[in-house]
Amino acid sequence: MILVWLILIPFLGGLLCWQADRWSEQAPRWIALGTMVFVLVISVVLWLGVDFSVPRVGGSQWMLEWRAPWIPRFGIEIHLALDGLSLILVALTGFLGALAVLCSWHEIAERIGFFHLNLLFILGGVVGVFLALDLFLFFLFWEMMLVPMYFLIALWGHSGSPGQTRIRAATRFFIYTQASGLLMLVAIIALVFVHYSNTGELSFSYGVLLQADVPEPLAFWLMLGFFIAFAVKLPVVPLHGWLPDAHAQAPTAGSVDLAGILLKTAAYGILRFALPLFPEQSQAFAPVAMTLGLVGIIYGAVLACGQQDIKRLIAYTSISHMGFVLIALYSGSELAIQGAIVLMVAHAFSSAGLFILSGQLYERIHTRDMRVMGGLWGRIPVLPGFTLCFVAASLGMPATANFVGEFMVLFGTFPSAPVTVVIASTGLVLAAIYSLQLMQRVHYGPEHRTGALAGPDAREYAMMLALLVLTLTVGLYPQPLLDTTAAVAGPVAELFSNSADLIARAGEVN
Amino acid sequence: MLTLSNLMAILPLIIVASTAILVMLGIAWRRHHGGTAVLSAAGLVLALATAPLASTALSSPPLMTLDGLAQMGTVLVLLCALVTVALSHHYLTGYPGAKEEFYLLLLCAVTGALGLVASSHLATLFISLELLSMPLYGMLAYSVRSERALESGIKYLVLSAAATAFLLFGMALLYARTGQLDFAALATGVAASLDAWVLAGAVLIVVGLGFKLSVVPFHMWTPDVYQGGPAPAITLLATVSKLAVFVLLVRLTITAPGFSSDWLASLFTLLALITMLGGNLLALFQSDVKRLLGYSSIAHFGYLFVAIVVGGPLAVETAGVYLITYLLATLAAFGVVTELSSPFGSEDAAGLHHYRGLFWRRPWLAAVMTVSFLSLAGIPLTTGFIGKFYVLALGVWGSQWWLVGGVIAGSAIGLFYYLRVMVTLYLPEPGMRRVDAPGDWSNRIGRLTLMVVAVLVLVLGVYPTPMVHWVAGLSTPGF
Repeated sequence: MILVWLILIPFLGGLLCWQADRWSEQAPRWIALGTMVFVLVISVVLWLGVDFSVPRVGGSQWMLEWRAPWIPRFGIEIHLALDGLSLILVALTGFLGALAVLCSWHEIAERIGFFHLNLLFILGGVVGVFLALDLFLFFLFWEMMLVPMYFLIALWGHSGSPGQTRIRAATRFFIYTQASGLLMLVAIIALVFVHYSNTGELSFSYGVLLQADVPEPLAFWLMLGFFIAFAVKLPVVPLHGWLPDAHAQAPTAGSVDLAGILLKTAAYGILRFALPLFPEQSQAFAPVAMTLGLVGIIYGAVLACGQQDIKRLIAYTSISHMGFVLIALYSGSELAIQGAIVLMVAHAFSSAGLFILSGQLYERIHTRDMRVMGGLWGRIPVLPGFTLCFVAASLGMPATANFVGEFMVLFGTFPSAPVTVVIASTGLVLAAIYSLQLMQRVHYGPEHRTGALAGPDAREYAMMLALLVLTLTVGLYPQPLLDTTAAVAGPVAELFSNSADLIARAGEVN
Repeated sequence: MLTLSNLMAILPLIIVASTAILVMLGIAWRRHHGGTAVLSAAGLVLALATAPLASTALSSPPLMTLDGLAQMGTVLVLLCALVTVALSHHYLTGYPGAKEEFYLLLLCAVTGALGLVASSHLATLFISLELLSMPLYGMLAYSVRSERALESGIKYLVLSAAATAFLLFGMALLYARTGQLDFAALATGVAASLDAWVLAGAVLIVVGLGFKLSVVPFHMWTPDVYQGGPAPAITLLATVSKLAVFVLLVRLTITAPGFSSDWLASLFTLLALITMLGGNLLALFQSDVKRLLGYSSIAHFGYLFVAIVVGGPLAVETAGVYLITYLLATLAAFGVVTELSSPFGSEDAAGLHHYRGLFWRRPWLAAVMTVSFLSLAGIPLTTGFIGKFYVLALGVWGSQWWLVGGVIAGSAIGLFYYLRVMVTLYLPEPGMRRVDAPGDWSNRIGRLTLMVVAVLVLVLGVYPTPMVHWVAGLSTPGF
């Protein structure tokens, strides 16, 4: 039942925020903050209450499970379950959700209640995605978080470069994700019907469909249906068109949510659904996926170097970092998959930090154009220091969580795909270039204007400090995180190597 | 011969027809707008109440089939008509001419629709279809002083007459070849002699019905008629009329399997594809909400055609569920247009600029509009998603990959204009104030109805089981 509450609390909080608008301006903010902190506290309590290092008794991989019939006609259930991976990601959602509320404290000045309604609905949808085990329910949440995100960008966004209005960016985001989502829906339905015609059992349940025996050419297309939906959200390079604009035009809270959590739903989807449902096809597809990941790493990094808009720059670095995640997921090595999870968490922290910082800069100097920045180190106290820390994290400096993640990804992938790893490593060099360039152009160099600007207040200080402490903690002692997700990464890697054996054996027979 | 049991089976139709006569006599006796509206609504409610009773009748009267499909059609037609009556009252209070005849026309059209959903004979088909269409001409041109409304009515009249001619010619061809008018007998006759004449007859009938459904090559009338007609009349046209014709088409294809020969199936596939894509593409840059909804309804019937192409019991269920989702969303959308245009002025508030910042002026109406557009776009947690799910499932089940691709492409294109209208509702307007329009009694009834429809869209989207059960129970079990 607690799983249901994890999803319901943000939704109820959102409705409350909407209505609280009429009481006072601050009420929705406090309610939203309280809601997200509540979600965070529940997930942390759950985390502390379970020992992940021992294998679970009874063979079930789920810590908590809750199911109820929903649409019996199609065998659709409300089936929620929690394991280490979903727990980490739900906690991350709670944490970044609270940050998103905090960082829009002064930025959002109008329609406050409605803003927080949308924000909390996104977060509720994301929590749903991380918990749903029924494929129909998963899809429902997957699509449902798009509408509030659309409103967030379209109504509270900034109009960036001329000709690129925020509504256009929001629409493009929505159409990309919705259309690719429908492909996944078709793949889900086809998978269910194949299973139905094989066994006579009509069910959308994850556990049941894992056993589905899909004939070969169809299985590949279905895998592709899932992959495309996740690839758009991750984003993988040819399908990334929505991301830079959506990021550049979203309000800070929207960017934090997009980069910190929404991109992670895609990696989660690949890990939870695309790989286990179609292990052999994924194995066969792995070279393509890895190549796409490589292209993403290099492309994102190179384009990041040429950006003038600070948020667009960070957006392109996200593409680059997600390329590492994609390579790791398709490497089939447990170490790399765990590295991908660490990298996801690390990227959530560092990109959220950078986006919040650029939001704070915007509040002070009212521009995101790096050409008119420069020399800010002397004008703003404290913030440049924080920026340096997160830039260092983003380029994968040892002692930060990003380093651990990238190192594990490259180390784990090397045995299976050495060439890929070698090329991917150049991404690290490029990361250093764009990160330092960001630092240089914004905070060092000649001053464009003079006059001191306000330093961070307690709220901003607290946000930055919390993110920094978490980045360093995970970077210095990642073991608890690895223990929590080991139970997830292991079986996926196993599935992969099994199917590799199968393919090899089939080759020998032929 | 008609027996008592037969009469019982068509009790809703009889009640609506007699309400129409009562309303006519009432108007002749004394004009009273409120009274007429209440009388019409009472008649519709009574008919609705007898619908379960009618379903217990054992035998259908001659020329009609009162199966599950007909029952579903009856209930949906009556509900849509009821919502339209609730919306019309406030709308018409501002109309300078005679208001009461609108209800008379409406009841006549509903009678036609009730006949149409149950007809299983070309004679009942034709009579019911005309009984449905004739009053609509009058309703569309009801505000005779408005140029647009007249244009709308006359356009519909002329093109509808042309379509009727096609329909009649098709029937004549079929009759000439088979000597039968009854659907079932016609089906066997057609199967026995499937030649060019029979196919030509079938195609002509499809053309005639396709016109009423505004399937793409025959859709030319839709935008102008939608734009010009008074909002309640359009509501009736978009819901009751299309619903009844589509139910009839479903019946034709399930009782006459010869109708779904390969050749015709590919024709239907083609029609479905160009309808869903054409409707969505044409809607893209409309700046008039009524026109936009017209094109959107074209697209939705394109999706519905998937059910006609695939066939089988699951197809009937899909058609039923999708129709319900379409009706609810359309009623809500046109309801908002009607409410905004009420009381009647010289022209309906259909231009997109009327909707700018609506959320900050009339939050509840904007919320209803948002819900209905989300549903039309097929976003989860609204019924529209359940409908879209059904259509996709049916397409996958029937391995109609082209159609599945069309539905996906159509939905993606459709999002563009649905989102455009939706975000307009929330854009701030300079100097806007937060007020809701003052409401008198009739106003409140209309708004309450709208709220109920919108809540239904959400509730059935979150928990569709009752709807699915009801429709699945009425379509033949199987699958």
